[in-house]
Amino acid sequence: MKRQIPLLLVLVFGIFMIFQYFVPHESSEWIYEFFLDWIYIIGIFALALGIWSLIRVSYDKIKYKKPNWQYAVITLAGLFAMILFGFDYGRHFFSAEGLSNYMFRAFFDYILIPIQATMFSLLAFFIASAAYRAFRARSLLATLLLVSALVVMLRFNPYFGPIGPYLEQTASWLLNVPNLAAKRAIIIGIGLGMVATALKVILGIERAYLGKD
Amino acid sequence: MKFKMLLALILLCFVSAVSGFGQSAEEIMALPDSMAMAPPAPPSNVRGVDTDNDHGHSITLTWETSPDDGAGLNNVIGYKVFRAESPDGPFIERALIPSGGTGHIDVGAKEKDANDYLPDHVGFYYKVRAITADSLIYAESEVFGPVQSYGQWFNTGRVPVLVFVIFFLFVTLFFIQKAKGGANLFVRRLAGIEAVDEAIGRATEMGKPILYVLGLGTAADIATIASYTILGRVAKKVAEYQTGLIVPCYDPIVMTVAQETVKASYMDAGRPDAYYEDMVYFVTQSQFAYVAAVNGTMLRERPATNIYMGKFYAESLILAETGALAGSIQISGTDEIAQIPFFVVACDYTLIGEELYAASAYLGREPLLLGSLKAQDYAKAAAIIIAIIGFITMNFGIEAFKHLFYVSN
Repeated sequence: MKRQIPLLLVLVFGIFMIFQYFVPHESSEWIYEFFLDWIYIIGIFALALGIWSLIRVSYDKIKYKKPNWQYAVITLAGLFAMILFGFDYGRHFFSAEGLSNYMFRAFFDYILIPIQATMFSLLAFFIASAAYRAFRARSLLATLLLVSALVVMLRFNPYFGPIGPYLEQTASWLLNVPNLAAKRAIIIGIGLGMVATALKVILGIERAYLGKD
Repeated sequence: MKFKMLLALILLCFVSAVSGFGQSAEEIMALPDSMAMAPPAPPSNVRGVDTDNDHGHSITLTWETSPDDGAGLNNVIGYKVFRAESPDGPFIERALIPSGGTGHIDVGAKEKDANDYLPDHVGFYYKVRAITADSLIYAESEVFGPVQSYGQWFNTGRVPVLVFVIFFLFVTLFFIQKAKGGANLFVRRLAGIEAVDEAIGRATEMGKPILYVLGLGTAADIATIASYTILGRVAKKVAEYQTGLIVPCYDPIVMTVAQETVKASYMDAGRPDAYYEDMVYFVTQSQFAYVAAVNGTMLRERPATNIYMGKFYAESLILAETGALAGSIQISGTDEIAQIPFFVVACDYTLIGEELYAASAYLGREPLLLGSLKAQDYAKAAAIIIAIIGFITMNFGIEAFKHLFYVSN
């Protein structure tokens, strides 16, 4: 019974969602939006579970002095400080409420955003190191990849003078013909895979997400 | 000299202004033809119908342009569409269409308290005004109406999708029945999935944990659902080999489902005592903060194997490169086209696109799952045949075949 009810719910709502795609009527839209609202409600409760999990894991690290446990202290301090600022306790010190709270904004704008930007900018260096590995001409295919990449990268370079337009044409061909063909093949495969997985979930064939039998 | 010319110009402007002062709009319009712009001919044949395949609250209008639009007097610069609840008005302006326009879809809000609420099953009247550069000179069409909007119960523009879904469903059920009957369905080798067992064995030998990353997708993403199946398999093996498992999660709902999946696998392996909830934990819903946390885990814990399965975005390469630097064996799979090359470059094994979805069938070898995999193969074959026919027909200028597959929104 513990298993049957969720499977029945998935079947009923899955079939409803398929039909909903073909029924544009307002009442069908209303029901669809009503169910989507439940995702937010579930998400809020799940977020509480998530935060509880984060607190527990960090607390254990501190309690048992696991390696680099100091980071867990910063994690918890950051978590509670942002909650505190967000709720705007202590009006004598803080200037505004919630998201416009001075300390909340300062932590967000001058700590979180620069750190995130730093992490994102690492991508440029990782692309370089990954490209170095990928473009080593160890085989015929790797050499083809290297040559294609060079053509695509150098196509807008103004120093190539008369061969510039040919480079651009070759790069466009590479991008629009072999590259796009391969991409579309993968996209069709992904689309079919998604439909198949969705059908398996709706029909109760795929049930790993339900946990124990 | 310049000063005199400037003075003359100012005087001229003053005289022009004074000469027109006190005249009404009608008087200006009544000026001789030599001075005023002649009004254009009105647009004709205004028609309105309910917009097809929608939820209602929308009326599609068409008209024939004014003869003076692009020809004749050539003074029409656009059309204004007006709507009223009665043929006598009051009319309210609904849209401004550039010259040459022959239609407009009047979409209103469905919420009753919205300003541009357009109720269904209420008759509306429309007229179209051809406008000129002079706002006082225009020509209006005859009033058309009443026309009502209403919602449809079936979107005829999506018939090709329905046909495909029915076809796919029947093929899937056919192959499931066939597989149940004992037919031997061949599935090609998936190196990435076969490597999972090897990677878990390596982790056991090294005494290091396995890091499983479910990506940034939500629990509703198909890629994440496929990832749960692989996680279940990995967790079962991990439990059997008594290796460590770390599953940092980006989404709290994904975390909750992943906890259940891992717990079930430990129970299946007969090791419920080895399961503890914190092996699957929530980190953050901030993309790069999550990356920082997972990278930190990789560099501190030095897992023997990193498995990335699910939906990944810009973080894919940062994760995979850090894992490569940490010396872990890496297996990845995603349906995000833009991230596949990054994983191919940085990981030892990569499941490309649909292989991620095929993994559950490959792992389980259950007839039910293999049947759906076979259906996928046949649907792919059908797609290839349709693409070839489309290529040939388009080259011969036959458009009808292409239109069979047209899907409206």
